[in-house]
Amino acid sequence: MKVVSVPGSLDQQTVDGFFDEVSRLDAERTLFDARHVRWVDPNGMVALLVAGAVAGRGSEERPRLEPPESSDVTGYLARMGFFEQAQEVFEVSRRSGRRPSAGGSDVLLEITRIAANADVHSVVDRVQRGAGEILSSRLGYPPSAVVQFSVILSEVCQNILEHSESEGWVAAQAYNWARRLGRYVVVISVMDMGRGFRGSLGDQHSARYGDRWADATALEAAFLHGLTRFPDSGRGQGIQQMRRQVQRWNGSISVRSGTARIAQVPSWDDSPPMVEQLAPFPGAQIGIVLPAKEG
Amino acid sequence: MTDLPVDPIAIDVGQVLQHTETSLYAQLVTRPTGRAVRMAIETRLHGAGPRSLSLIDFSEVAILDFSCADEVVAKLIQRYLEPDPHEAFFVFRGVHEPHRDQVEYVLERQGLLAVAETSPDTFELLGDRSGEEERAWLDLERLRYVPAPEPGAAAVPDAPEPGWLDALVRRRVAFRSPVSGRVHALSHLVQHLL
Repeated sequence: MKVVSVPGSLDQQTVDGFFDEVSRLDAERTLFDARHVRWVDPNGMVALLVAGAVAGRGSEERPRLEPPESSDVTGYLARMGFFEQAQEVFEVSRRSGRRPSAGGSDVLLEITRIAANADVHSVVDRVQRGAGEILSSRLGYPPSAVVQFSVILSEVCQNILEHSESEGWVAAQAYNWARRLGRYVVVISVMDMGRGFRGSLGDQHSARYGDRWADATALEAAFLHGLTRFPDSGRGQGIQQMRRQVQRWNGSISVRSGTARIAQVPSWDDSPPMVEQLAPFPGAQIGIVLPAKEG
Repeated sequence: MTDLPVDPIAIDVGQVLQHTETSLYAQLVTRPTGRAVRMAIETRLHGAGPRSLSLIDFSEVAILDFSCADEVVAKLIQRYLEPDPHEAFFVFRGVHEPHRDQVEYVLERQGLLAVAETSPDTFELLGDRSGEEERAWLDLERLRYVPAPEPGAAAVPDAPEPGWLDALVRRRVAFRSPVSGRVHALSHLVQHLL
């Protein structure tokens, strides 16, 4: 059995390296050793599910997951609904405790599987009911922000269904980024295991790019120019609108697909706008960070 | 015969949403939902005769995403701009702050224009428009209607140029009576439905 050591801190900063390692796995059964995880954010949780799903492809046995030893971390994972989703992906070594209520916490959206349009409606309904208070109290956003927040989530989840032709997960949580930013942020993570941007756009657009057609050019085409595989001019607006709204809130948005990651980077973030030559990994992985208003 | 051979109808999008196949859902999100709502509206217009004027009311819709705005606003307008025996005009109600961005964006992206109630009793022209079109539409709004030009008759003071009125009619944001030739502001034709 192959063993993948899950990074001690599994978040936006470390998921690319984690995916790179998973992409190198062969058909042998895998053990995801998460015992030493001390910190995980929505990107890390969703990444772990996606990594497990990818590792289990083509295998009769599900990969094994050794959950974190830290009770704080397992408690948080349980609160986010991680273990319910993990049951479908992993053989989980130890039973986790009962899922505590997320009520009163900073959970905007527990981990939710996106496999059909009904799931998108469910996400929007839940966010609509509960996110307003957190967006207002933690980020200082106006009450109406919950509408734009719901619209972003709707568009980003539809992206999974319409472009990846696969399934995925979404999660969102508010955190105090005291050291990194000195403010609260909301982190949204949406990932799928589908055909990625290059695969989605290839039939319609690869010819005009010739030899330059690659994951990075496909990401630029969709992220910067709104290209879509649909001939309908009303399509392809989802990512453009997410970018626009995230920019209004001075947030960051990044998308990894295949071997590249593209990002819209605000002044407080030092991430590069484009990273290439990552290990090939299926699907698309979108991360959004919305910071609290200053002052 | 009346000068207005249309009987404006009000279509409550919130109610349409509840009566479509997607009736389990309370929000106007996802493209299939938007498409189902648009098709339900088109079905209602199908029996409306050669021309119709509809007040499409979003007041009871809490969330409208871009995919649904594209289906229920942009594609609805586009559908009736095509050569068709049915001449349809629309006024969109309840396009308040939470929905405005989505509606304005899809109209601009598709090069379309629409009359919308953007706050109570305030109508605006939204979408892809020139300064001349905007001014002509504002003048028409203020005048409520502009009579057809008659040889020898004095021009209506501050009335829009006939060429710009033609443009507004062509883009379906003003209604020309086939009886009198008057050009009417759409917002005034639906006042009794508000």
